[in-house]
Amino acid sequence: MIEIQNIEKHFGNNHVLKNVSFLFERGKTNLIIGESGSGKTTLIKILIGLHKIDSGTVLFDGIDFNAIKTKEQRLLRQEIGMLFQGGALYDYMSVEENIMFPLNMFTKKTEIEKLERVNFCLKRVKLEGKNKLMPSELSGGMTKRVAIARAIVMQPKYLLCDEPNSGLDPKTAIIIDNLIQEITKEYNITTIVNTHDMNSVMEIGENITFINKGEIWWKGSKDELLNSNNNELNDFVFASELFKRLKKV
Amino acid sequence: MTKLLHHLGLYFIMMKKVISKPENWSIFRKQLVLEMEKVGLNSVSLVIILSFFVGAVVSIQTAINMNSPLLPSYLVGLASRDSLILEFSPTMISLILAGKVGSSIASELGSMRVTEQIDALEIMGINSASFLILPKVIAAVFFFPFLIIISMGVGMVGAWVGGLSADITTADFMYGLKYEFTPFYINYAIIKTIFFAFIISTVSAYFGYHTKGGAIAVGKASTTAVVTSSILILLFNYILTDIILS
Repeated sequence: MIEIQNIEKHFGNNHVLKNVSFLFERGKTNLIIGESGSGKTTLIKILIGLHKIDSGTVLFDGIDFNAIKTKEQRLLRQEIGMLFQGGALYDYMSVEENIMFPLNMFTKKTEIEKLERVNFCLKRVKLEGKNKLMPSELSGGMTKRVAIARAIVMQPKYLLCDEPNSGLDPKTAIIIDNLIQEITKEYNITTIVNTHDMNSVMEIGENITFINKGEIWWKGSKDELLNSNNNELNDFVFASELFKRLKKV
Repeated sequence: MTKLLHHLGLYFIMMKKVISKPENWSIFRKQLVLEMEKVGLNSVSLVIILSFFVGAVVSIQTAINMNSPLLPSYLVGLASRDSLILEFSPTMISLILAGKVGSSIASELGSMRVTEQIDALEIMGINSASFLILPKVIAAVFFFPFLIIISMGVGMVGAWVGGLSADITTADFMYGLKYEFTPFYINYAIIKTIFFAFIISTVSAYFGYHTKGGAIAVGKASTTAVVTSSILILLFNYILTDIILS
């Protein structure tokens, strides 16, 4: 479980996050939705300490991330899997080396054990046998799947995904969404997905939070979202004609 | 001035992170070997070619400018030796390496920054500055002196070849090469090179590591790294020469 309380963040004169508080539940796919520039990515980066907060608290199962020492923060980060927008695979390493990297860094497993774990993760993301490919040889969907495999290789307690579907075709996007949801349930982890893809919202949204202009405007489930009377939320979610018609139906 | 202080502050904060114990020694060793190859071995051919031809040109120009019966011809060997050891090999080769190695370090780290690969390292709980930069700094500081020694040797061979084409006999050239040789000059050149290697690797790493934006920012970081390293090399060349030789 991740809880954030009264987060404030400025970039110069730009007030990016205004007194933001919420709870991301374990075993559920927690979605943060909002327009580009609404503060979603900043929030994710605050959670993992890549951006410092002006005030507020970030709690990982009760541990205040900003109150612990840098060394302890590093240990806590080893329990976090992160899926970046572009995958962020190390381009000088093969698929296998990318996934094995955290194991090499932090575990004392034997080469055979590490390879077994890598192959297990590759199988989990349906990329068996792709060990020796380089990131430049992968499609967008494959890159995201390798990034998911790398994110789960250390069996994290928390999985953070920043725009996991950006740049993907709808079919591949659904595969990635379902994979994230399956992993969340299977390993009972706290998953946060940052998206503005409405297909994702409908596909995997359990706890949904709508951020607008750095503030929380709405929280709820997928069903509540479909029946919400919040104008800003409806303008954002049902922006296309297709969704507007679907809502009427 | 404020901008300069801001950069200096960020540089020292980065260096504090860089100079820390590696998290995994076996991975660090692998990284170090890889960097030795990238930073050092891959520059050997460039250093050999440059040094040979510059050595030859220095020798020919010296011979032309000493076209007087009052000046002994062995002076060509002596002048070439001192020019190469004192200035060309440590300073000029370092300036060229600032262009080759410095831009490579800055663009590599810049690309990793804009594609979030550095963030990915941080998320995993890795000290990204130490993991990425420390092997580069050690590789440069360790390998550049070897490059400079190679440059001195090859430069003198070039000077000998150039001398032959300017009618300086091998015996005269060799006599000049050995005439009143001060071994301390080699130490001076190596001390300078170690400073320059540190400047090139850390300044380039600084600009690459702090890249913000996209592809254009990577290019800009690379250019800024080369320009800043070159200026600092020239500045420290003056300071070190003043301290060591005077």
